[in-house]
Amino acid sequence: MSVLSVSNLSKSFGGVDAVRDVSFALGAAEFLALIGPNGAGKTTCFNMLNGYIRPDRGSVTLEGVELVGRKPRAVWRMGVGRTFQITQTFPSMTVRENVQMALISHHRRTLNMTRRATRLYAEEADTLLARVGMAEEAARPCAELAYGDLKRLELAIALAHRPKVLLMDEPTAGMAPSERIALMALTGEIIKSEGVSVLFTEHDMDVVFTHAHRILVLNRGTLIAEGTGPEIRANPMVQEVYLGGGTVFKGEANDA
Amino acid sequence: MGFYFAQFLTGLANASSLFLIASGLSIIFGVTRIVNFAHGSLYMLGAYFAYTLITTLDAGGFGFWTGVILAALIVAVIGAVIEILVLRRIYRAPELFQLVATFGVLLIIQDVTLAIWGAEDLLGPRAPGLSRAVRIFGEPIPEYDIALIIIGPVVLGLIWLLFSRTRWGVLVRAATQDREMVGALGVNQRWLFTSAFMVGAFLAGLGGALQVPRESVSLLMDLSIIGEAFVVVVIGGMGSVTGAFVAAVIISVLNAFGVLVFPQISLVLPFLVMAVVLIVRPYGLFGTAASAHGPPTVPEAPMKPMSIAGIAVVAAAVALVALLPRLDDGFILVLMIDVLIAMLFAASLHFLMGVGGMVSFGHAAYFGLGAYAAALAVKALGLPMLAAMAFGPLVAALGAMIFGWFCVRLSGVYLAMLTLAAAQILWGVTFQWQSVTGGDDGILGVWPARWASSKPAFFYLALVLSVAGLVLIRHLAHSPFGYVLRGGRDSPIRTEAIGIDLRAHQWLGFILAGAFAGLAGVLFAFSKGSVFPDALSIGQSIDGLIMVLLGGVQALIGPIFGASAFVLLEDYISRLDYWRAILGGVILVIVLAAPNGIAGGLSGLWQLVRGGRKTGERA
Repeated sequence: MSVLSVSNLSKSFGGVDAVRDVSFALGAAEFLALIGPNGAGKTTCFNMLNGYIRPDRGSVTLEGVELVGRKPRAVWRMGVGRTFQITQTFPSMTVRENVQMALISHHRRTLNMTRRATRLYAEEADTLLARVGMAEEAARPCAELAYGDLKRLELAIALAHRPKVLLMDEPTAGMAPSERIALMALTGEIIKSEGVSVLFTEHDMDVVFTHAHRILVLNRGTLIAEGTGPEIRANPMVQEVYLGGGTVFKGEANDA
Repeated sequence: MGFYFAQFLTGLANASSLFLIASGLSIIFGVTRIVNFAHGSLYMLGAYFAYTLITTLDAGGFGFWTGVILAALIVAVIGAVIEILVLRRIYRAPELFQLVATFGVLLIIQDVTLAIWGAEDLLGPRAPGLSRAVRIFGEPIPEYDIALIIIGPVVLGLIWLLFSRTRWGVLVRAATQDREMVGALGVNQRWLFTSAFMVGAFLAGLGGALQVPRESVSLLMDLSIIGEAFVVVVIGGMGSVTGAFVAAVIISVLNAFGVLVFPQISLVLPFLVMAVVLIVRPYGLFGTAASAHGPPTVPEAPMKPMSIAGIAVVAAAVALVALLPRLDDGFILVLMIDVLIAMLFAASLHFLMGVGGMVSFGHAAYFGLGAYAAALAVKALGLPMLAAMAFGPLVAALGAMIFGWFCVRLSGVYLAMLTLAAAQILWGVTFQWQSVTGGDDGILGVWPARWASSKPAFFYLALVLSVAGLVLIRHLAHSPFGYVLRGGRDSPIRTEAIGIDLRAHQWLGFILAGAFAGLAGVLFAFSKGSVFPDALSIGQSIDGLIMVLLGGVQALIGPIFGASAFVLLEDYISRLDYWRAILGGVILVIVLAAPNGIAGGLSGLWQLVRGGRKTGERA
């Protein structure tokens, strides 16, 4: 029972294949990791799922509805939320107002010119902030937050639209080890309680193997392995990519 | 055939002059990220110095060219002084501060030039040895034009050599890419920036000096060239010298042929070309995305609703102002009407740039549209005053709708430049379309209806409309729509990522800001009884920017302080000799000493007082 299905997704930049025939499925309430060395095509892949980059070929469907060709904001409307590798928040607003913005958009009130924005959905925003453990910080200016808190705030913003799928690009990059564990544990809880499905990219293998239900391995634009933590650990191709030299895939590259 | 070729050569000669000034502007922007409004002044100074040197040296061809080069060198030194005294202090400030500061420099140079050379136009000698014309395809071509056609590409080549073959050039290009990195490598950036500014100033001075044999040297040279130079730099791509050359050729050649078809086109053609280029290539022909933005600014504090005490203070202030006609029904009342109009205009601009993050260098367009629409509604359509007052903002909103659609597709400096272009196009149209707008003579006899014709009655009308406008703008800023605009200013990526069509919201914001500016323009037309093209000139746009800056960009209440201070200040010093220089000096002092404006300064003081009180309590 998959929520998000990706098939034959391909994109090349100036003749170089960044992503080639990538297919996978994200199940309901699944915590799926997409890993791979630098330049493997993870971010390109992500940006195609969101509508930031239009793929050359392939399709992405959310519960059977095609996403390719839609703008990022339309993809969000359909229920695909995202957090960014470099956090994107509104620094001149308070933490609560940041979440209220997402709620205002969720309730389609962005063109309202009569109400006071700070009075709309304040309680709903506080509930979401409590969900990510940021209730105390609600009234603080967003610009004052520590990096780990910004990441949690982004999570609250993403949850405002009650997404079916959440895409998290390098969620723990730049965080201290203890913060990483806390954030991923929190995400795990949210998956359980909200039934949301999460796809994330990650460099920290500890985080991946501890939290992900299933792992996809991308190398040079193609998916080379897929499976649970122990399966991936035992996979010789993956071991070569991460431990050995880059030459092992020579044959494959020549075939293409 | 010969005639068209001659026209083409004239275009190329003009292109060389335009390229010299634009290349300097582009180099300065590329390195320092500053949009130098005073660049036209450097060009003008080059012409004046060259005039003096050439007429003093008076030694044939050698004297002429020595004079030209010396003049350019003197301007380079003046450029260094400006850079060290002013610009060096504002590299990290937002674009607006830099623009207004360089405008202050422009004002000062204008008056200094006036003091040294006088107000008379000066007619320089022709270039010795190049004073005749040669015949090409039977058409006479001035020899000096041919010389200019050669000088342009030669200078382009020299600049290329300078940037690609010298250590200095490599460092400057590196600094253009990544300032911090160059600093980290141990290069003295201060010296690098000063020298780059000197090169830009030298080129502007050279451009001015070379104009001496072609046109009379006058005090109008600075503002007459700067609009076109901006356009060339933007079309070419900010920071690209090659782009500046290509754009200068395109503009000048198109202009040379355009005037044959439609003589008035020269005023609007460059801006039309720029609008078309920016829509197809948002960063200009040779520009890149990275060059669109200045340095990031410090995020402002979250907005707070006005406290009860604040509301009481504002209400009391409005009530006090409303009592004014009891004290005086003459000069002070007229001045107060000016202040009210300026407040509304400044607040509409602040809504666009402070709240929405869309810096407009041409907001006067909508002020002027409102004023002209109201004037024409009364004079041509015979509408009563109140109907004309409703018609004005509608037309301004319509204008903002058309130009805004293009503008919101861009951001940063490019957006600012396109708004400037829009204003210049409208200014050109009102200036040229004499049968409808009266051209330079304006539209006279736009008086209020009888019931509002007494000064106190019109004052109350202006008070009610301005205060209503200001309250509405403030309310908008606090509404979900206003928050979306703030969000778009803070992080366009996040705004789109939470499902918001940012461009559509920005477009609507642009239209609303235009409508409020139009309302200010309507009041202006009826209070003065006339409208002139000045209402949508660069000067009017800059006045608005200075008011916003003076009040403080980061405070909603800022425009109110800024507009009052500016109108009162201008009224006082415009009676003095050399008032431009004084105003320029005041602008520089504000930009350098109080970058948060009056409102920012007051809130800083308030925090100091409150902080003091708190520590007092603890102690």
